[in-house]
Amino acid sequence: MAESATQLESLAPPTELRRMAPVPADRSLGWLTDKLTAFNEGRTPLWWWVLFLPAAFCAAVVLPGALVYKISTGVGVWGNNMPVMWGWDIINFVWWVGVAHAGTLISAMLFLTRQHWRTAIGRAAEAMTVFSVMMAGLYPAIHVGREWFDWYMIPIPTSNGLWPQFRSPLMWDVFAVNTYLIVSTLFWYMGLIPDLALMRDRAKTRVRKFLYGLFALGWTGSARQWHNYEKAYLVLSGLATLLVFTVSSIVGMDFATAQLAGWHETIFPFYFVAGAVFCGFGMVLVLLIPLRKWCHLEDIITLAHIDKICKLTLMMGCVMGYIYAVEFFIAWYSGNPYDAWVFGHRMFGHQYWYGGWMMIVVNASLPQLFWIKKVRQNLKLIFVIAVLINIGMWFERFTIIVGSLYQDFLPANWGVYYPTWVDVASYVGTLGAFFMLYLLFVRFLPMVPVSEVKAITPCADPHHALGGAKGWRA
Amino acid sequence: MIFPRWTNWLPLWILIGLVLVGGAVTAGVTYYFTPKYTRVGYEPIQPVPFSHRVHAGELGMDCRYCHSQVDKAWVANIPSASTCMNCHNQVLKDDPRLALVRESATNNTPMPWVQVHITPDYVYFNHAVHVRRGISCVECHGRIDQMDEVYHAKSFSMSFCLNCHRDPAAFIRPVNKVTDLGWQWSTNAVQNAKLQKIEGQKLVDHMRVQSLQNCSACHR
Ligand code: HEC
Ligand code: HEC
Ligand code: HEC
Ligand code: HEC
Ligand code: HEC
Repeated sequence: MAESATQLESLAPPTELRRMAPVPADRSLGWLTDKLTAFNEGRTPLWWWVLFLPAAFCAAVVLPGALVYKISTGVGVWGNNMPVMWGWDIINFVWWVGVAHAGTLISAMLFLTRQHWRTAIGRAAEAMTVFSVMMAGLYPAIHVGREWFDWYMIPIPTSNGLWPQFRSPLMWDVFAVNTYLIVSTLFWYMGLIPDLALMRDRAKTRVRKFLYGLFALGWTGSARQWHNYEKAYLVLSGLATLLVFTVSSIVGMDFATAQLAGWHETIFPFYFVAGAVFCGFGMVLVLLIPLRKWCHLEDIITLAHIDKICKLTLMMGCVMGYIYAVEFFIAWYSGNPYDAWVFGHRMFGHQYWYGGWMMIVVNASLPQLFWIKKVRQNLKLIFVIAVLINIGMWFERFTIIVGSLYQDFLPANWGVYYPTWVDVASYVGTLGAFFMLYLLFVRFLPMVPVSEVKAITPCADPHHALGGAKGWRA
Repeated sequence: MIFPRWTNWLPLWILIGLVLVGGAVTAGVTYYFTPKYTRVGYEPIQPVPFSHRVHAGELGMDCRYCHSQVDKAWVANIPSASTCMNCHNQVLKDDPRLALVRESATNNTPMPWVQVHITPDYVYFNHAVHVRRGISCVECHGRIDQMDEVYHAKSFSMSFCLNCHRDPAAFIRPVNKVTDLGWQWSTNAVQNAKLQKIEGQKLVDHMRVQSLQNCSACHR
């Protein structure tokens, strides 16, 4: 081991030019396989149950309860009412879509730009995308008020001779979210196939053999299969990358098309994409920091990975700060009294001023701590900041939606908005459902893509001094 | 082996199955769940076997003798029993089938006719507008003058209404021919279609008939 390490050292490029090694210690492929599947094949640890049971309760009791009550009684059980017609339903929709975006950015965009370090966290991030898009998709479906007419949004011929209104943002949402869900699910599942085959081949019990075998779709790992696989993976990552930009742009345009001060801004598509990715990085950190420890993956998802995500978060935080500044600047520079009113009240109104300050203090300023290397290495601190970013971004959407609606052009229309317990229960329910799905994913599927990680270790490279068939031992 | 050889064909079978099941469900829903099936042919039994074929067809009565408000009001009224008695105090004076009509006329109680055509309450419909723009009863009610018992002849789905509203010229006729259900521009089918096109457009232009497709025309 020591000998091979020195040999490796002498052949490697100078330190400053070296790319971050995806696996820090040079390990054999067998070691990697055992390590990465250990959590799936071992006994269920206590912490998993402790987290899973409450999450499953929220998903199985709180969420259906809130939904059944809302659907059977009517949309009036929510806090939405004139003039605030969009409340927690849309806030949470935008929030969940946003959370999804970082996953796609990491798994698809960083794949296309050949950022090999993304390999170790790609699947975990992509799973986050799939589950949060599911949660996001729920909200437009229930906020229409008459859920049993949801099928009107599907463009099919009916005896009403009526087609969906393609000029309506609601329709754009339908297509954006569904495309996103389909593409990211496919992308995620495609990536899983070789690892499912791996799990199948290692499985001990018949049930596991059957289930992993079923979903592995007969993968044998032949050269031809790998060839097709890589092609498909590339195509899907191209599609998914586009979706990082289109989906939240469309969500942004839902707002921008309305003639409402605080919404009617050309910056909105960009604004929402940036906010989404920012919020999503926060969620990636919230998920990965504990999981890498509890699943014993510190060697695979290293501090260097966390460091990189922190830097990306910092960048997005700066973008958010820039956008906030532009918004305030334009509100003043345009000379539009309504804009000035809305933005003035965002910070100094008597009603929802705290939302505006959350945006500035948490979203734009707090990530600036990541300039400091000490902070980027302090996992506890990063975790706290990441949680705060998620909360801050939730309040950003609250400020944009409620803060712009509650005082529109006619003072006679003004009103205030309070969520009801049904609003809260729906949100808690989706949070529970999300974490439940995520915990199941972590428990039963390799959280780190085994075959991909193996493909980028030094020993997978035949040109490497110790790679290929040169007898690697560890 | 957990997955025997034949399972390689499973995806194909599942695909074929899905296509078949999907096709059958689509076809079934399209046929059985649309107003073309659920409404057309609805023919309730009426308390008195009143026959439009006898009265409007053979006796040649104008619809407006009985449905006198059809060109004046949004609703086409059902005649009261006293209208029947104009003739039936002479014709079939003691016929048992008309007992209910006589009773209704003397006691001034309403006839319990069963309603055949109805639009949902979120749809606004107006007879006078149509009848006065040369839209014949036959376009919406079929050959009533050949029916013994009235039945639902057309689907009354929204696309049925829109089909005409998008192109009234293809259905319009001279206003005085509206209650003449068998009327045609020409007995020759080809000639009739040609005249409908030319003369229909003339009528539309002359009466300035609009093509009403705005939702609020019918949903107000
Ligand atoms: C002698 C009077 C009389 C004349 C003439 C007459 N109707 Fe009627 N019509 C009735 C009566 C009575 C009913 C209700 C009983 C029934 O539905 O059979 C009725 C029912 C109808 C209905 C069904 C109403 C429903 O419940 O939806 C339609 C449609 C209708 N008539 C159309 C016509 C048309 C078109 C003509 C002209 C070709 C016409 N009627 C001529 C008396 C008349
Ligand atoms: C213009 C006069 C006239 C009016 C008005 C009139 N009828 Fe008649 N009705 C007739 C004649 C004529 C016959 C045919 C008698 C026969 O077949 O011998 C007839 C026949 C009938 C019959 C027997 C039908 C059959 O199959 O033989 C019924 C039932 C009837 N009428 C009901 C009504 C009702 C109900 C009304 C009112 C809505 C009405 N009539 C209004 C003239 C009239
Ligand atoms: C454009 C289509 C259309 C035309 C043309 C039309 N109707 Fe109707 N008719 C309807 C509809 C729709 C209803 C159901 C109205 C409702 O919901 O109350 C109806 C209902 C009726 C009824 C039953 C009303 C009731 O209250 O039960 C009668 C009678 C009737 N029509 C007679 C006529 C006669 C007579 C003519 C021709 C002069 C005529 N209609 C032309 C569409 C039409
Ligand atoms: C065969 C042709 C035809 C059919 C079928 C038809 N309409 Fe019309 N409708 C017209 C015409 C022609 C006008 C008059 C347009 C104008 O005002 O110039 C009209 C006008 C109307 C108006 C009046 C709007 C106003 O401004 O007052 C209503 C309401 C209406 N239709 C509803 C319906 C409904 C509901 C149906 C289906 C049950 C229907 N129509 C079926 C031809 C049709
Ligand atoms: C010509 C008249 C007419 C116009 C114009 C019209 N509708 Fe309708 N609409 C109807 C009728 C009639 C029905 C009832 C159909 C049925 O009962 O099957 C209906 C049904 C509907 C339904 C179904 C409601 C349900 O509960 O099933 C919807 C939704 C609807 N219309 C929306 C619209 C919209 C949106 C527009 C404008 C683009 C529009 N309609 C324009 C006549 C019209």
